[in-house]
Amino acid sequence: MFRTALRNVLAHKARLLMTVLAVMLGVAFVSGTLVFTNTISDAFQKSSAKGFDQVDVAVTAKYQESKGDQVGRTPDLTQALLERSTKVPGAAGAIGVVTGFTAMADKDGKLIGDGFQSQGGNYWGDKDPRYPLKSGSAPQGKDQVAIDSETARRAGYKVGDTLRLSVDGPVLAPKITGIFTTDDGNVAAGGSLALFDTATAQQLFGKVGTYDEIDVKAASGTSQTTLKAALDKALPQNLVETTTGKKLADDQAERIASGMSGLRQGLLVFAGIALFVGTFIIANTFTMLVAQRTKELALLRAVGASRRQVTRSVLIEAFVVGAVAGVTGLVAGIGIGAGLRSLMGTLGATVPDGPLVISPGTIVAALAVGIVITMLAAWLPGRRAAKIPPVAAMGSLHAQPTTKSLVLRNTLGALFSAAGIATVLAATTMSGSDGQAPMGLGAVLLIIGVFILTPLLSRPLIAAAAPVMRIFGVSGKLARQNSVRNPRRTAATASALMIGLTLITGMTVMAGSLQKSIDKMATAAIRADYVVSMANGNELSPDVEKKLGRIDGVTDVSPMRNANSRIDGETEFLTGVNGTAIGKLTDLKVDEGTFAVGGTRVVVDDQRAEQYGWKAGSTFTVAYEDGKKQKLTVSGIYEGNELISGILLDNATLTPHLSDKADMMVMVKTSDGASDATKDKLEKALGSNPAIQVQDKKDLSNEIAQMFTLILNMVYGLLAMAVIVAVLGVINTLAMSVFERSQEIGMLRAIGLDRKGIKRMVRLESLVISLFGGVLGIGLGVFFGWAAGELLGTSMATYELVLPWGRMALFLLLAATVGVLAALWPARRAARLNMLAAIKSE
Amino acid sequence: MTTTPLADRTTAVAARATDLSKIYGQGETQVVALDRVSVDFRQAEFTAIMGPSGSGKSTLMHCVAGLDTFSSGSVRIGDTELGSLKDKQLTKLRRDKIGFIFQAFNLLPTLTALENITLPMDIAGRKADKQWLDSVIRMVGLADRLGHRPSQLSGGQQQRVAVARALASRPEIIFGDEPTGNLDSRSGAEVLGFLRNSVRELGQTVVMVTHDPVAAAYADRVVFLADGRIVDEVYGPTADSVLDRMKQFDAKGRTS
Repeated sequence: MFRTALRNVLAHKARLLMTVLAVMLGVAFVSGTLVFTNTISDAFQKSSAKGFDQVDVAVTAKYQESKGDQVGRTPDLTQALLERSTKVPGAAGAIGVVTGFTAMADKDGKLIGDGFQSQGGNYWGDKDPRYPLKSGSAPQGKDQVAIDSETARRAGYKVGDTLRLSVDGPVLAPKITGIFTTDDGNVAAGGSLALFDTATAQQLFGKVGTYDEIDVKAASGTSQTTLKAALDKALPQNLVETTTGKKLADDQAERIASGMSGLRQGLLVFAGIALFVGTFIIANTFTMLVAQRTKELALLRAVGASRRQVTRSVLIEAFVVGAVAGVTGLVAGIGIGAGLRSLMGTLGATVPDGPLVISPGTIVAALAVGIVITMLAAWLPGRRAAKIPPVAAMGSLHAQPTTKSLVLRNTLGALFSAAGIATVLAATTMSGSDGQAPMGLGAVLLIIGVFILTPLLSRPLIAAAAPVMRIFGVSGKLARQNSVRNPRRTAATASALMIGLTLITGMTVMAGSLQKSIDKMATAAIRADYVVSMANGNELSPDVEKKLGRIDGVTDVSPMRNANSRIDGETEFLTGVNGTAIGKLTDLKVDEGTFAVGGTRVVVDDQRAEQYGWKAGSTFTVAYEDGKKQKLTVSGIYEGNELISGILLDNATLTPHLSDKADMMVMVKTSDGASDATKDKLEKALGSNPAIQVQDKKDLSNEIAQMFTLILNMVYGLLAMAVIVAVLGVINTLAMSVFERSQEIGMLRAIGLDRKGIKRMVRLESLVISLFGGVLGIGLGVFFGWAAGELLGTSMATYELVLPWGRMALFLLLAATVGVLAALWPARRAARLNMLAAIKSE
Repeated sequence: MTTTPLADRTTAVAARATDLSKIYGQGETQVVALDRVSVDFRQAEFTAIMGPSGSGKSTLMHCVAGLDTFSSGSVRIGDTELGSLKDKQLTKLRRDKIGFIFQAFNLLPTLTALENITLPMDIAGRKADKQWLDSVIRMVGLADRLGHRPSQLSGGQQQRVAVARALASRPEIIFGDEPTGNLDSRSGAEVLGFLRNSVRELGQTVVMVTHDPVAAAYADRVVFLADGRIVDEVYGPTADSVLDRMKQFDAKGRTS
């Protein structure tokens, strides 16, 4: 039997090639994902281990939890602690580490990197072992800086150049005195690093006389654990924590691994979708192969093969196909993994160098996925093959499509669909996170239900296309009828496309609606012309507010100053604003009372009001960071949003209690309104600082839009896989249809349908099936998008369903393109059929 | 050898093959399917082509009907010379001037009986001549079966649909390839009766390939082929005379 099975594999090369391709794509995606994530995390792990070479034990401050009315805080690591650490037995020396945000401008004044990974720090003494100098010398004093070699290379900086940089607002322009190399994981990941001498760094980062971390080096012969024990003894246990370098490296490796696991899971989900879609196609292909070979299999049965042997021969065939697809998919996957890595490189994210990691797990997963999926998909057709009666060998007909009643199937499908719809609808009435699980469950049920129902749906939906098909005359009529001849096959083919388009459409609807509502929320609530913030979302220096307030034409300015406090024994954020200006800068809907901020009068958002049971006129006691308490009065309750929420109080009241003034953004209103000239003026007044963003409402919208576009494009890219697999499925189905109907095609040619007409007939059939899948997919996608939106809408007042008609038309066009492309080869084949052979093919 | 047609019985010729040869392969493996065959099919005549397996009778029909290409010689349908036609023109010729009846009925299962009958006209984008169509349908006795699909019809009924399809567009000539091969004798007799009536009453020209002497007896003339050549011709055949003639081939086959 094995030899027979093997011969069969080889006898139907073209059809099998497509099956192999379908499985291969899925496997390639799975193994590509695994290779990529393994490679990256391996490389990060290696580079992070290197990053801790200079640390034997790290001393960090222990966070003091909030207690009663005391706001939680981190104690300072003082110079005294550093000196004490150096003197501990077994310590060879200690380095005080200071870090903070430092944005660097390139030669055109643009920010280097994306802000989040723009780091600054201190260069320890004359020769910092952490940062070997490549050229130049250590930075000394306020006007000198050293930068990492990777950033220097990217921006084209040399020793002696002047570098414009900013820490929390003001622009500095120190001279570059040194360029150093580092294996800092952050830099390896594409960040930038600027180093100042320790005193300057402490001053710039607002940590005069203190450190973020003390790295202690062990004397030779002293182990990390011995040193740690000695430090634990010498330092105040309640204020500091000690960690060995090895533990740090391990922790970081773990963090990286878990960080990668999110990405890996995301990618694997898409691989799963590709495989799921692929499964239909494999099942379809094997059904066709079996149908095509009815006579052959019946002959085997007639000459004495048992049912089991027939089933086994089909399964062996599937095994061979799966194994071949698994191996080729693995190879392709390794290529994809390498490709993804270099793609990340070209996108600006520097990935640490390292060998491509192909773990045994990846190999096993690829082969298992390929073989198991293929054999599972071939199991049903295999059983069907076994049921072919031996007498079929004598007959002359191809296996007829199963005319078995669809009643059971339709009932089952209707039940699943109804349950799915009911669950999804029920979920939309729930609030936020409660509805997520039922929503997901309902979506899965509904997709399965529709999938089961597709044969039933195919008739009315395709019949609806009849008026259009009539334009194409006989070819159109025949195409329409052919497409509903084998509803099961049409359904399986269309389903592959349906699933891809459901996901794509659902994502698009959701993203579009979300974007619109966030956009509305952000811009509707703001009356300010400009919002000034730090590129990385860090705090601005209080200087920024002062500078902006002094500009001619600026009428109102208010910072949004963050502070922690304790209310009723809970930690609560306070936002300090300019009480006289805030009303003119924002346009918040007031539910109760008046929007008045000043003295002890504050406004709170609806969520806090509900949480604490406040009404307009309520009073409460707040404990500030410095431990002082104050009684505040709620003057009004407003509707909070993503941009502005919480308790707003006047800065005159709040600021005296703060040690650090942390302004998250500054809102500005000008007499002339938003214009390029005004923006220019503001930017100039802030010293054309690369790290500071001056954004008007449109910029804010664009920023939000950009974020969504990026995510959507990624999703589109990944789902393209599912669409490619769907194309293969359509090709397969058409090829089979052409094969089965060769006699009819021969007759049509004989009685006068020309080659063009035949081609058109096949193409139109393909188009109809593809559009059928497309319409189902888009319909389901819109439903899911709507439902998910309803769920989100419960926690988002401005949520509004946005149907992306243009995009949807595009998706339908995509489905049509799939149909046309898939029909190219089968249509050619049909047109080239040898008429005489075809007529006699019985 | 009587390869020259006998004296003209009617004036016009519906189809004519002259020195028609069809050769497969080359050199050693060369097979001559048709060897310089010349034959006329006159209008309003029912001709049967007979011969043993491999005699070239089907090939002759395929070449004359524009379904197959030939190696040399010429074929004319009416005034049209087939040899110079491209595929597209040949298709159009078959569509407009030729009707076909196949052994396996070859109906489209998705179309109703009526739709199958009008298929050639649908392909051409023409409207059927209603009166003619009605008379054809009445003749083959399908009036109450028009809405049925082929799977709901018996073999005989299906072949009657095929006959109606061939007749419906009033082609210049109808070719039948073993039209009774898949039918029981009663159904076969019916179909042959319709073909003969279409010739007698409607003036249709019919050429039919068969190996059944009983079927051949319905024809006005029987042309015998052997080894790619026309070897004999009988007018006003009976089943017995055809059978006798066929037996000679067997005898010859055994002695040669």
